[in-house]
Amino acid sequence: MSTIARKKGVGAVLWDYLTTVDHKKIAHLYLISGGIFFLLGGLEALFIRIQLAKPNNDFLVGGLYNEVLTMHGTTMIFLAAMPLVFAFMNAVVPLQIGARDVAFPFLNALGFWLFFFGGVFLNCSWFLGGAPDAGWTSYASLALDSKAHHGVDFYTLGLQISGLGTLIGGINFLVTIINMRAPGMTFMRMPMFTWATFVTSALILFAFPPLTVGLIFLMMDRLFGGNFFNPAAGGNTIIWEHLFWVFGHPEVYILVLPAFGIFSEIFATFSRKRLFGYSSMVFATVLIAFLGFMVWAHHMFTVGMGPIANAIFSVATMTIAVPTGIKIFNWLFTMWGGSIKFTTPMHYAVAFIPSFVMGGVTGVMLAAAAADYQYHDSYFVVAHFHYVIVGGVVFALLAGTHYWWPKMFGRMLNETLGKITFWLFFIGFHLTFFIQHFLGLMGMPRRVFTFLPGQGLETGNFISTVGAFFMAAATVVLLINIVISVKGEKAPADAWGDGRTLEWAIASPPPVYNFAQLPLVRGLDPLWLEKMEGKKELTPAEPLGDIHMPNSSFLPFIMSFGLFVAAFGFTYHQETAWGLPVGILGLLITFGSMFLRSVIDDHGFHIHKEEVLELEKKGANA
Amino acid sequence: MHVEEKLTPETFPAAPERATLEGKNKFLGFWLFLGGETVLFASLFATYLALKDKTNGGPSGEELFQMPIVFMATMLLLTSSLTSVYAIYHMKNFDFQKMQLWFGITVLLGAGFLALEIYEFYEYVHEGHKFTSSAFGSAFYTLVGTHGAHVAFGLLWILTLMIRNAKRGLNLYNAPKFYVASLYWHFIDVVWVFIFTVVYLMGMVG
Repeated sequence: MSTIARKKGVGAVLWDYLTTVDHKKIAHLYLISGGIFFLLGGLEALFIRIQLAKPNNDFLVGGLYNEVLTMHGTTMIFLAAMPLVFAFMNAVVPLQIGARDVAFPFLNALGFWLFFFGGVFLNCSWFLGGAPDAGWTSYASLALDSKAHHGVDFYTLGLQISGLGTLIGGINFLVTIINMRAPGMTFMRMPMFTWATFVTSALILFAFPPLTVGLIFLMMDRLFGGNFFNPAAGGNTIIWEHLFWVFGHPEVYILVLPAFGIFSEIFATFSRKRLFGYSSMVFATVLIAFLGFMVWAHHMFTVGMGPIANAIFSVATMTIAVPTGIKIFNWLFTMWGGSIKFTTPMHYAVAFIPSFVMGGVTGVMLAAAAADYQYHDSYFVVAHFHYVIVGGVVFALLAGTHYWWPKMFGRMLNETLGKITFWLFFIGFHLTFFIQHFLGLMGMPRRVFTFLPGQGLETGNFISTVGAFFMAAATVVLLINIVISVKGEKAPADAWGDGRTLEWAIASPPPVYNFAQLPLVRGLDPLWLEKMEGKKELTPAEPLGDIHMPNSSFLPFIMSFGLFVAAFGFTYHQETAWGLPVGILGLLITFGSMFLRSVIDDHGFHIHKEEVLELEKKGANA
Repeated sequence: MHVEEKLTPETFPAAPERATLEGKNKFLGFWLFLGGETVLFASLFATYLALKDKTNGGPSGEELFQMPIVFMATMLLLTSSLTSVYAIYHMKNFDFQKMQLWFGITVLLGAGFLALEIYEFYEYVHEGHKFTSSAFGSAFYTLVGTHGAHVAFGLLWILTLMIRNAKRGLNLYNAPKFYVASLYWHFIDVVWVFIFTVVYLMGMVG
């Protein structure tokens, strides 16, 4: 092959990904860009830990520390955890329900590009004066006081754009799961990860609009002379706190419910046993989501809402431990009596239970409003939410990466390297964050860039920093594993040999149309059922025929790019003459491409029966 | 049923907006979107209620709001919701011309509403009630202005659909589009009922 031909290949692949509306490729895009942001957020975490390795350190001082700290939190939540969750939803959910694609393939691509440009915009701040420095919660009193540079504007506009993408993604998955299930796939036969995606999407739908509104207010106040949070003109900063946490608390469940879903799949698969208490798992998921909306003010116990409000939110928060406990016991009982295979994903799953339970226990401690006055704004809180987010969500994302990598890319990851990653990460995680509980109880405040010697905080902080480097090493091993997997063992359809759900019934990676014939689902764990009856394939629900596919489109990219341009314009409109015209130009690009999308008919195309047969033959031989 | 099928009044389905899978998806997806929009407006209303008395020395709602113009705007918008129902009624009966006519009337009434709102804002600014003058001003213009922006977007949307499909009539590809646009229009109308009550009526009673 000549180099020219190869170069053409690269361009074609790039164009393919820029215009794709295929949920499997969008999953790749989410995984790669979420992964890059995860590395970025991890690097920021390392910088924080280096600064705090010894007292009076001067590695990152004052303002710069605030920027790194803010960007670490913001990046990890919005640009790493969320898109990585979306990567697995996209890769797996349509396959698990036996669908050929999501309900809105075009919107799916739009959601990704909005997230992507929002994230890029936010990170542009590093090169344009300074990053946001008011914390990931960006409390209005701090955000309005941050006047040295445009950092906080990058925060409001960047999150606004990527938040729009998330909302679109949420609606898409709700409709996909309600309307696109294969014949026989009733709600109570859906795999737990699909259930988690369904409930999470509902949370996204109702939790993101308050964030949108809060961000609009903050943008108005900072860039357009608004007075929502300006006490001098009658504004009230507490409004931001309410809007942010009405979003922010459900956000925790938006992240952790898919994590629960991933682990439910892994426990059942590698215990080679049906998930224990399936219907109570569904019930617990829905109940957690419902209660998740009732507890936001537990982040605000020290605001001064009064004893009655504090008591109500305190009790409501504690009740969430009940459905979560149901889940923990169901996972334990799934393993009990199972024939357990300790693969890499199963390592994470087993380690997740004690790690996450610790995060849950400190959560109940924090929920006690009176005690919270002591813990508030200390490293105890930092330890708590890292136990929940890392011990729950990141463990699940790493587990999911190892578990579904063969399905997404057609190659197995190396198990030995996978286990090395696990042990390094597991040890590093507990080393970093366990000690932080005690640092917090000893009085170390969060978000402060240094501490003094002689207060008993040296050893703890040093241990914590060492732990962070273990996690960094684990990440490096994972990256090596990914690189060598390109030449690794090819994955069969049922990559782990114990697959229970529909995604393991089709080739790895799946053909563009997923299922040549839509499957007939005859119960929970449909592939397992068929295998137990001695069959190798699913029972088809339809004859082989032409398959309708959506057209690729470059418009999602342009629409999102327009908002990216507009955000730049509006950020600088106060001090420059070009700001306003650029902002308007950006909006014109976006609305113009929306107009094109509306007036140009898009009927999609058909893959003919003969082609499908040919592709299936090739897939079977590969 | 297939999207590109040629249809007659006899073969046109009773619920054309949900006759294809694409239509079904659009129908459900849009209802869900309106659920999200409801939360968006709820957040705006909550903020307005928290800030409506923080006039920072400027005029209060009681002093500003004039019943005649707001009542007229309300009547225009409520009527436009009714005319869009007629449009959808004719769509279901596969009568394209009448559907266009009623959507045309809807757009005119909506444009009338928008004109009155712009005039109203213009007046307020002259009386010293600006976006930047107080927390009340910020909250008022954001709530009512977001609704107004929705009206403007809805007008352009319906107009685009009418012009784009003027020559080819109804089919199962564009019927869901018209239907969803009319859903959006009703939603705007419902939000206005709340704005009329919470902002204007409660504002005038004090």
